[in-house]
Amino acid sequence: MAGKPKLHYTCGRGKMESIRWLLAAAGVEFEEQFIEKNEHLEKLRKDGDLLFQQVPMVEIDGMKMVQTRAILSYIAGKYNLYGKDLKERAWIDMYVEGTTDLMGLIMQLPLQSAEMREKNLALIIERAKTRYFPVYEKALKDHGHDYLVGNKFSWADIHLLEAILMVEECKPDILSAFPQLQAFKGRISNIPTIKKFLQPGSQRKPPADDKYIANVRKIFNI
Amino acid sequence: MSGKPRLHYVNARGRMEPIRWLLAAAGVEFEEAFLETKDDLKKLQTNGDLLFQQVPMVEIDGMKMVQTRAILNYIAGKYNLYGKDLKERALIDMYVEGLADLNELISSNFFQPADKKEEHLATVMDKAATRYFPVYEKVLKGHGQDFLVGNKLSRADVQLLEIILLVEESKPDILAKFPLLQSFKAKTSNIPNIKKFLQPGSQRKQPIQEKDIPRLMQIFH
Repeated sequence: MAGKPKLHYTCGRGKMESIRWLLAAAGVEFEEQFIEKNEHLEKLRKDGDLLFQQVPMVEIDGMKMVQTRAILSYIAGKYNLYGKDLKERAWIDMYVEGTTDLMGLIMQLPLQSAEMREKNLALIIERAKTRYFPVYEKALKDHGHDYLVGNKFSWADIHLLEAILMVEECKPDILSAFPQLQAFKGRISNIPTIKKFLQPGSQRKPPADDKYIANVRKIFNI
Repeated sequence: MSGKPRLHYVNARGRMEPIRWLLAAAGVEFEEAFLETKDDLKKLQTNGDLLFQQVPMVEIDGMKMVQTRAILNYIAGKYNLYGKDLKERALIDMYVEGLADLNELISSNFFQPADKKEEHLATVMDKAATRYFPVYEKVLKGHGQDFLVGNKLSRADVQLLEIILLVEESKPDILAKFPLLQSFKAKTSNIPNIKKFLQPGSQRKQPIQEKDIPRLMQIFH
């Protein structure tokens, strides 16, 4: 059954958001089944739908895929967003792992105490400015192309845009010292599939609020 | 320039160990440059050798690769340990990510406060026995083959063996209820490259000893 991919997760960003971005950028329509209560999660588990009892889970091409990176790699490979050979894939992987680390720090914020949150927010901004964004700024400056790898649109570009926007939500002027990234952000945001995803009413999810976090704690018992 | 991959890390397992395993399983000889002091790390950083200022870093095929998963993906792809197509790769990725999660749980025990370590370890062992190992036992049972994916050795098998041995270091009888994992362990351990890696004197690293902890902490903090 071909059908559209079906995403199983809560109605929030979390670990599923990068998958939504990638599918949207690839122009792939997808459905979502939201886990709103612990019972929904338990049902998926009891039905044997979750290989390691965890979400994200994406029904795609006859598989019930789990593990965020596995899902992202599959989609990137399937829709030609993973470079043309092993070496391009290596660069895409390195860049994506960097933005994963950065976004991973941000993702944990809502679950932390107010004191930890303040401390970690400062760390995130410092890391973005000194460890991560300079790498992508330099990559774009060095080759002068529109895209990070192989002069062609790839998963790395989509992931970087997602990370930029996420950090901007923490500090709106974070790109002030990064002219290449500013131009990159403008370009990639204008790609039709991405432009559409950035519009209100798309399947892009908003940042977590207290109500969402409270519900997440209940669903996952954390 | 020898042409062999060159690994930059501390003389410990940490995040480099799965890379050592995969290279060894692929029959690839490699060199290691150990970070002994904080200055060693700083030198790599100021030389611009570390894309995100972090190790592991592996010099391979003219690249200074960083990020454990990127390095593992590259090695697996290069040495045909990554399945024959996208769908096999998907299965391998799912299995490998599950094992990576279990590995993280085990590693995180190191950072638990002293009075919580024992309880945490018990929880992790329970997860190994109820969430992770049953999956691989079931996969092997389902197709009855020697390897997890595509009837051929892949990185998933190498990593599963690595994790089985790691868990056994904390709980020697962990495979008691998993007969297929027991025979998987025996068969995979006997593959010549892997058998060699399991012998004393290989580049496989031992568990961290208490006496090494201060020195290692000092390098990274």
